[in-house]
Amino acid sequence: MGLKKTGLMLAAVLALGACQNGGIFGDNGGRNAGQTPGGAIEESSLEYFATAIGDRVLFSVNEATLNADAKRILDAQVAWLNQYPERTIVIEGHADEQGTREYNLALGARRAASVRNYMVAAGLLETRLSIISYGKERPLEVCSSEACWSKNRRAVTVVAGGIGNV
Amino acid sequence: MNHFKTLLGAMLVLLAGMAGAQERPTIEIDVSGGNIEPVPLAVPQFIAETSGARRLSGDISSVILSDLVSTGLFREIPGTAHIAAINNFNAQPLFSDWSVVNAQALVTGAVSTGSDGRLVVKFRLFDVDAQLPIGDGVQYAGTQESWRRMAHKVADTIYSRITGESGYFDSRIVFISETGPKNDRRKRLAVMDYDGANLQYLTDESAIVLAPRFAPNTRDIIYTSYETGLPQVFLLNIDTGRRSQLLDDTTNMATAPRFSPDGTKVVMSIIDGSNTDIYQVDLNSRRRTRLTNSGGIDTTPSFSPDGSRIVFASDRGGSQQLYVMPASGGEARRISSGGGSYGTPVWSPRGDMIAFTKIRSGRFHIGVMRVDGSRENLLTASFIDEAPTWSPNGRVLMFFRETAGANGAPQIYSVDLTGRNLRRVDTPSFASDPDWSGVVR
Repeated sequence: MGLKKTGLMLAAVLALGACQNGGIFGDNGGRNAGQTPGGAIEESSLEYFATAIGDRVLFSVNEATLNADAKRILDAQVAWLNQYPERTIVIEGHADEQGTREYNLALGARRAASVRNYMVAAGLLETRLSIISYGKERPLEVCSSEACWSKNRRAVTVVAGGIGNV
Repeated sequence: MNHFKTLLGAMLVLLAGMAGAQERPTIEIDVSGGNIEPVPLAVPQFIAETSGARRLSGDISSVILSDLVSTGLFREIPGTAHIAAINNFNAQPLFSDWSVVNAQALVTGAVSTGSDGRLVVKFRLFDVDAQLPIGDGVQYAGTQESWRRMAHKVADTIYSRITGESGYFDSRIVFISETGPKNDRRKRLAVMDYDGANLQYLTDESAIVLAPRFAPNTRDIIYTSYETGLPQVFLLNIDTGRRSQLLDDTTNMATAPRFSPDGTKVVMSIIDGSNTDIYQVDLNSRRRTRLTNSGGIDTTPSFSPDGSRIVFASDRGGSQQLYVMPASGGEARRISSGGGSYGTPVWSPRGDMIAFTKIRSGRFHIGVMRVDGSRENLLTASFIDEAPTWSPNGRVLMFFRETAGANGAPQIYSVDLTGRNLRRVDTPSFASDPDWSGVVR
């Protein structure tokens, strides 16, 4: 009982701790939510969306244009979202650390909007999506070279809403 | 008197040297390495004239000394080298005791407490070689809690008498305190004296907070917070803790707020998807007026001290450059012309200079230029040097420097307008986004 309680409290602390930098719908939100023991990943799960389809697209330095890879991923995202019409999404735009804070916030928004515009043009209802920019506030990779920067220049589609959403 | 002219002369040369520093390399300048000879200064412990003043008299003289030495314009003659003490504030110092230890400037002082508990600090400034006072003695009175401010006021007066510039020691810094690893950084709004003392946290870690700015009254702060989920602009009064969201707008992201010089308006960026434009918000009516309408990113606006113009950064022409426009909006003129990109412009309190962040070939610099874009001078260089803010007298800049790599983290630094006297400002944790208040009234 004592141990269990400690465990729960620890979990609560961790959850609180995750607030500023991840939130409940952060980058890794629900990554393992759909895994069944020993089974394949459930296609309706957030994990499937994040790993099998790909929840992010990457950008060139100071750019917000979508390359062919990005469009392919977004097409697959839209197809998945069409299958689960109760799902809503938040598109997070991010930048690498090479720009000033305020410029990167605007650049992240430009990237998120670029994804939004593509998805809306592909037929997704605009009411199902919203965008947010984190600029350079939430790097995924921490080294200070192109190997990391290229992964941080990203727009992440975070799925929320819907029945059974965990 | 003649000798004192030497002292003044040295300072004048020093100031001329400051203006002519353009050709100097701007990286990691060593204060003692330049051709400036700091003035040797002795500040013997202030006399405690009442028993109640004993606790603070030494602290007060230490803060005065620390203020003056931190400018790089003075060199401490340490107490251990002194061969005499000052025991009577009203007696003429025995100047030979101070010239023999090579002091050129001497500050004597006394501290007393009145029956009402109020603290009185008085001081005199002397030219040791000339054996003459520099100006009259001055006396400050205040609560015991305000002893640091009184020490800063004394130092401001001394600085002002010797350099001819107004002082800046009685001022505060609002900034972002940062803890945790690079990919899980926690940010809090914090305020401290310019020298790092009296640190106070203003928000908890629950939401990302960015880029706080002082109002001209030095009591109100405006900043960006993610507490609603989106980055939006908030006002906070330091004294009352009262907080309010500037606009009741739940859909747009808003960043980069800054007060107008009269404190009645705010300029900021509103991010509408792919487009970011500059708006002005009247603080009484909270009515917003759009000032720019380009397809690019227009951000980090800063008023000229007379309130007539605004400098901002924009990528409307491709790369990020600096532009100046009338405060009511209208045609913007590009002022930056060097290679690389420019951001975070801040108009100097004197009105004649713009400080900025410059990014070129993967390096960040803090630089200054004239308002027309001429005479660009880069003061620093590192992996990331960002977001300059001016001292109240326009002689010093603070900014944050972030180190590279997985363990990279920001700290606040200060540097003279000349590029000399680069110093780290001591904070208990990582720190970024400093904003320097005006002189506290």
